[in-house]
Amino acid sequence: MSLRTPPLHARHDDRGAKFTEFGGWDMPVEFTSIREEHASVREHAGSFDVSHMGQIFVSGPDAVALTNRLTTNDVNTLSPGDAQYAAITDEDGVMLDDVVVYCLPESDEHDLLFVPNAGHDEQMVTRWERFRDQWELDATIENATADYGMVAVQGPDAPGIVADRAEPTGSPENTDGSVLDLSKFQATYADVEGVECWVARTGYTGEDGFELVFPADQAEAVWDSIVEDAEPCGLGARDTLRMEMGFLLSGQDFHPEDEPRTPYEARIGFTVKLDTKFVGHDALERQKADGVDQQFVGIVLEERGVPRHGYDLEMPDGEHVGHLTSGTMSPTLDEPIGLGYLDVEHAESGTELNVVIRDRPKTATVTYPPFLEDQ
Amino acid sequence: MTFDVPEDCYYLDSHEWYRPMDGKIGISDFAQDELGDVVFVELPAVGDHIEQDDEFGVVESIKAVSDLYAPVSGEVVAVNDDLESQPELVNEDPFGDGWLLEVEIDDDGELENLLDDEDYDAQIQ
Repeated sequence: MSLRTPPLHARHDDRGAKFTEFGGWDMPVEFTSIREEHASVREHAGSFDVSHMGQIFVSGPDAVALTNRLTTNDVNTLSPGDAQYAAITDEDGVMLDDVVVYCLPESDEHDLLFVPNAGHDEQMVTRWERFRDQWELDATIENATADYGMVAVQGPDAPGIVADRAEPTGSPENTDGSVLDLSKFQATYADVEGVECWVARTGYTGEDGFELVFPADQAEAVWDSIVEDAEPCGLGARDTLRMEMGFLLSGQDFHPEDEPRTPYEARIGFTVKLDTKFVGHDALERQKADGVDQQFVGIVLEERGVPRHGYDLEMPDGEHVGHLTSGTMSPTLDEPIGLGYLDVEHAESGTELNVVIRDRPKTATVTYPPFLEDQ
Repeated sequence: MTFDVPEDCYYLDSHEWYRPMDGKIGISDFAQDELGDVVFVELPAVGDHIEQDDEFGVVESIKAVSDLYAPVSGEVVAVNDDLESQPELVNEDPFGDGWLLEVEIDDDGELENLLDDEDYDAQIQ
């Protein structure tokens, strides 16, 4: 099967990017060095091509009702221009993906836009259609992933860099003429270099900034302008940045077959609104009452080495108590950090345990992300 | 992209080099570029014996873990301790300050099993 390519693929190739397969897409993983790109986002600004993320429009009288019954959060609370983080769970409450749902302006031909992770778009469209039919709801689902590009501009200087180029169109009316008026998890249409973009104050790095969605055939105009001031960054830096914040990576920190986890185990219970009815509700209600056996934690390795996906966690006496799902050498802290699931009875912050690296136990301390202060 | 391939070294196709002149072992310029930012190196101790083509350690970058294979058999007579605090030397100077081990080679005949600079250069093109 050939890989899907983002509309900016040729731009990245010209710049000498290294590419990697991710979720069925051929994406830039590194432009100069992960360490440099990471630092530019923490200290200044970086831009990421995230066109591998899906774009799915839901429209019609039951668009909100359908989406509310397929996501853990409460879509009913959204006003035009609002964004909401949510999990998609199966009947057992196990996460299939995590998404951001946007409520579009009344004037828009669509009602909702939601953004699943790379390679999940077709699965989500099928899911929405199947339940629409089963529940006899009136909604249209459109997979627009190939028609749109998406760029994240992140870092302390990112808001100014985007605001200098973006002129809100007044739809929806949640700005006073500048995208800087947007709060976290708010969005607006705006003109950027003559291109109509959906500009949202969201991100995956822990820094301030925006994510822009725009027609794929106009991607270059937007990208070329933004990278004049925000260094191009690849998926490598995106991964190290999100790990420092403890943000989940779909397919790695949770996966329906390889790492089946509920939102409570993954410590995103804030996305679960049990007063709404959704697939997985009853299982999650039970788990909330009973408590979880394992939960998502951070660890800092106290010895030399690098924590990685799949490494086991043991107590000093050798008892197996969990495993890591992500890990790296934190470029900001210059410390080895990991994320994973740990038995709750050992999950108190400050607990000393071992990470088993190539059959050798190495001392680590349990902590709760974010690993960085003052973000 | 062109990579440094010094002619006084012999190479394994897994990108380690051995330099007869000083007995040093390291990874190639191509390998450090593929790995990206090196953050950790795990090496044997002085006095250990390594065997040609066998794993002798690990190099980790931010994004990947990579096993190291011995280009020659021999006794480890020195280890580059600077890499403990400055693993980035492997990126900055893979044939100089970023060397990994120095060995006392068992048998010069093993060099016949390695690639010379021209063959290695051809492999990475």
